[in-house]
Amino acid sequence: MTTASIPFGRRLDIRLSRTRRFALLIGLWVVLFAFFHGRLTLVHSDDAPLFQALNGVRDWVDANRTTLPLFVYVLDPIRDGIGLLIDALTAAFAMVSWLGLTTIFGAIGVLFVGWRTAALVVACFVAFGLLSLWDQAIQTLILILVAVVLSLAIGLPLGILAGRSDRFLRLVTPILDVMQIMPTFAYLSPLTLIFLIGPPAATIATLIYALPPAIRITALGIRGVSAEAVEAADSLGSTSLQVLRKVQLPMARSTIGLAVNQTIMMALSMVVITALINAPGLGESIIHALAKLNLGQTFDAGLAIVLLAMVLDRLTASASREPDRRHGGMDAAALARRRILVAGTVLVTAVVVIGAALLPIPQTFPADIKVDVASPINAIGDWIEANLYVVTVAIKDLFSQWILDPLQTLLTNSPWPLVIAVAAAIAWIVSGRRAAIASAIALLLVVALQLWEHSMETLALVIISLALTMVIGLALGVTAARSDLFARIVRPINDAAQTMPAFVYLLPAVALFGATRFTGILAAVIYAVPAVVRLVEDGVRGVSPTVIEAATAAGSSRLQVIFKVQLPMARRSLLLATNQGVVLVLAMVVVAGLVGAGALGYDVVAGFSQFTDFGKGMAAAVSIVLLGVLLDRITQGAGARTAAASAARTARAFFSARAVGAP
Amino acid sequence: MSLRGNISGRLAVGLAATAIVFSACSSGGASGSPAASTAAVASASSAAGASASGAAPASAAASTAAKSLGPCGTVNIAENAWVGYQADAAVVAYLLQNKLGCTVVKKTIDETISWQGFPTGQVDAILEVWGHKDLYAKYVTMDKTAVDVGPNGAQGVIGWFVPKSFADAHPDILTADKNPAILNTYADQFKTSESGDKGQLLDGDPTFVTEDAGIIAGLGLNYKVVFSGSEAASNKAIKAAIDQNKPILAYYYTPNWFSTKVDLVHIPLPPATPGCDTDPHKITCDYPPYDALYKVVSSKLATNGSPAFDLIKNFKWTNEDQNTVAAYIANDNMTDDQAAQKWLDANPTKWAAWMP
Repeated sequence: MTTASIPFGRRLDIRLSRTRRFALLIGLWVVLFAFFHGRLTLVHSDDAPLFQALNGVRDWVDANRTTLPLFVYVLDPIRDGIGLLIDALTAAFAMVSWLGLTTIFGAIGVLFVGWRTAALVVACFVAFGLLSLWDQAIQTLILILVAVVLSLAIGLPLGILAGRSDRFLRLVTPILDVMQIMPTFAYLSPLTLIFLIGPPAATIATLIYALPPAIRITALGIRGVSAEAVEAADSLGSTSLQVLRKVQLPMARSTIGLAVNQTIMMALSMVVITALINAPGLGESIIHALAKLNLGQTFDAGLAIVLLAMVLDRLTASASREPDRRHGGMDAAALARRRILVAGTVLVTAVVVIGAALLPIPQTFPADIKVDVASPINAIGDWIEANLYVVTVAIKDLFSQWILDPLQTLLTNSPWPLVIAVAAAIAWIVSGRRAAIASAIALLLVVALQLWEHSMETLALVIISLALTMVIGLALGVTAARSDLFARIVRPINDAAQTMPAFVYLLPAVALFGATRFTGILAAVIYAVPAVVRLVEDGVRGVSPTVIEAATAAGSSRLQVIFKVQLPMARRSLLLATNQGVVLVLAMVVVAGLVGAGALGYDVVAGFSQFTDFGKGMAAAVSIVLLGVLLDRITQGAGARTAAASAARTARAFFSARAVGAP
Repeated sequence: MSLRGNISGRLAVGLAATAIVFSACSSGGASGSPAASTAAVASASSAAGASASGAAPASAAASTAAKSLGPCGTVNIAENAWVGYQADAAVVAYLLQNKLGCTVVKKTIDETISWQGFPTGQVDAILEVWGHKDLYAKYVTMDKTAVDVGPNGAQGVIGWFVPKSFADAHPDILTADKNPAILNTYADQFKTSESGDKGQLLDGDPTFVTEDAGIIAGLGLNYKVVFSGSEAASNKAIKAAIDQNKPILAYYYTPNWFSTKVDLVHIPLPPATPGCDTDPHKITCDYPPYDALYKVVSSKLATNGSPAFDLIKNFKWTNEDQNTVAAYIANDNMTDDQAAQKWLDANPTKWAAWMP
């Protein structure tokens, strides 16, 4: 217990002095700003030559698409393959009728998870029908299934590789950053040039966004397995493959389950965007309802997406549970009961499916059985909009005036070399020399992209959103890790916040807060918090109970346990949570641009909507990625350095505790 | 060991289930071939309530018949995401399906991307284009993969609008065409958290070309352009301002379904004269009347002798027509087919003139 608390105390001292240096630096910046503001600023221009050059690249791809071997022999077959997969699934689903499909999914629930999940799955399917969204929900389900299966088929092996090889992880990390941060809007039109309009292109767009968490979180899981357990297996003469199969995979099971969960969530968050390139389904419904400003209808379709997420999440959740408890300890009688259950379920499913096929049961849910959710939601929305705006507008105005505007002015009106110097200095203080160099290069590239002013406006938004996200995410995540009840309550809310398309809640938000930067921040925080909560919770729960008991026995208070034991020991998860916080906040920059936040987000949207603005949109997207690199290097380095101060001891305490505490 | 046994057991069960499912499918041949069922899904997706109206089975049957007998075939109509466009597509698709026996596939696609579908054959028609000279130059003039089939008929007006209640209370704001500086006296009232110490001019979806920054500079106005970023956000912000009785100055346009929900007044700026907008950074006049909403079809559709081409070419209506159908869809929650049928029943002479 003493080994656990002493290094942490020392680390706190280091951090304090660092905080002081940090404060000093910001003070210096403000003083310099007072003298030099307005000088050497880079004012935005829409006609930068670079933007024209990027337009040229786009046109070249367009002109050579049908002749380039890359397209003819690689990309076209990929598109056709995915198209085939979607068509096959569509045909299969269409053949079994709504009753058959519901039964099959219910049966999967019974066989692989349990009765309660099966009931939930059936209820969700019936709900699609009651919402009059059966066809759309099934179309979305098909696209998501294909995208998720492909993401996992590619992502899990790569994640395992990244978990076992440092070199591969280093190689793949920046690529994953780009995949997750580069706004989909920016590459949607080139993507349709390459893969044409329609479901295959939509699947690939979804894949690009959903693949990174599969790789990242799997790698995290593999790396979280105690080094001593691996060493022990090694010393017993296990081969590398045996170590993987018998030690690393089973021990990383719950984290890999989280990887699957996050892949599904990310995939579902692409449903609306892909509807812009003719992905049929619920996204289409939302786009049409948005055009009509019909909150209730957007909510219906959003709810269906949330239910779909729930179905997929609960059906895959069993993968992350230890199988031993379910099967390993079964006696003969239990095994026999299980066999009867399996046989019975298969029989019932077969009867229903065949029966439904023989009887004239339609493919789609009966249209006259429905529940009107839209009208009450519209009524609630109207009430909120009519009664709360006095308060909300005041909040928005105060926040904008006292927090947002000063930061934005500081960033946009400082001479640009000063901003770069300050950023590099912050990076140096917080994370060391390499981060400082990376930050300076990232910002110099932003200057080169001729989007400095908009980048600084966006950076102000992102910094504030990220700070809010991390504070809220840490608080909720730690609480959820310490209380099962709270975890159970917060989890469905998290899933809903992550999968409910932002526009559903942004419509009333625009009424309450206007088309403003504040509304953009709201969108980013709501979207980014859930993943942070999940990762923090997973990390804190992974801390061995033995260590906590030891700390408690030594007289640590609850707060001391949290801040000196649980959070430091969950460091790796916190780092990934921060990384995902950065990534997800940046992912919402474009959505923020769609509700009044302007700056880079708007530039990306304009690049998508206007043929001639393509170059500007692309440059803005790259700037967003560069801001991501800047923030990521600073925060990740901070974690690494904090750890370095007490690395050896913490790691030893951590790993030995895990080895002892692990079941 | 026991664990592995269980996994293979489950696999076997899964395989068996799949086999049963597929044998069931092939025995239930009544549900049709994969191709037919995908077509049914495609048409169902185009109109959320097609099946609700009971029209889906009938139209599907009609389309299969047309495929083998009729000359029309399949027409892919791009469905852009504003309600006025949806009204165009609803009426045209209804006529194509029910009068000409075509199979219509409406594809929800963003405006700009719709044009990419012409060379690849994925899109046959766009029914309402606002400007987009650059796309026109590429696809119609240069590549010749698309053909201009004339005006849609709706007259577009672009400009700056305020709520009617505001214009009633401050009638002199409507004299901005003679005295643009009058707008500066109201700048304070249009100020928001986003516009600093200037008045806010709310611009919308970047799809619409705006020259507002240039106009503000050209007329010497104390305003800042704030981009809502999307039509939905703009409409919502305008609606909220009216409901909350707050002044708002917004870039806006007609025809627009939303004008059936809110009462807005166009603020005239100095009328367009030759040369007043040559410098995009210093424009001294209002937008010219924007009557160039037009239709484009793929050159494939233009040359293959389909009657669909003639109907789309002849299709032409007015702002009122479009707003009526749009209001059926957006305000009365009708399906596309219901809205189209109601309007077509009431206006038989209009659509008779479009028939080939």
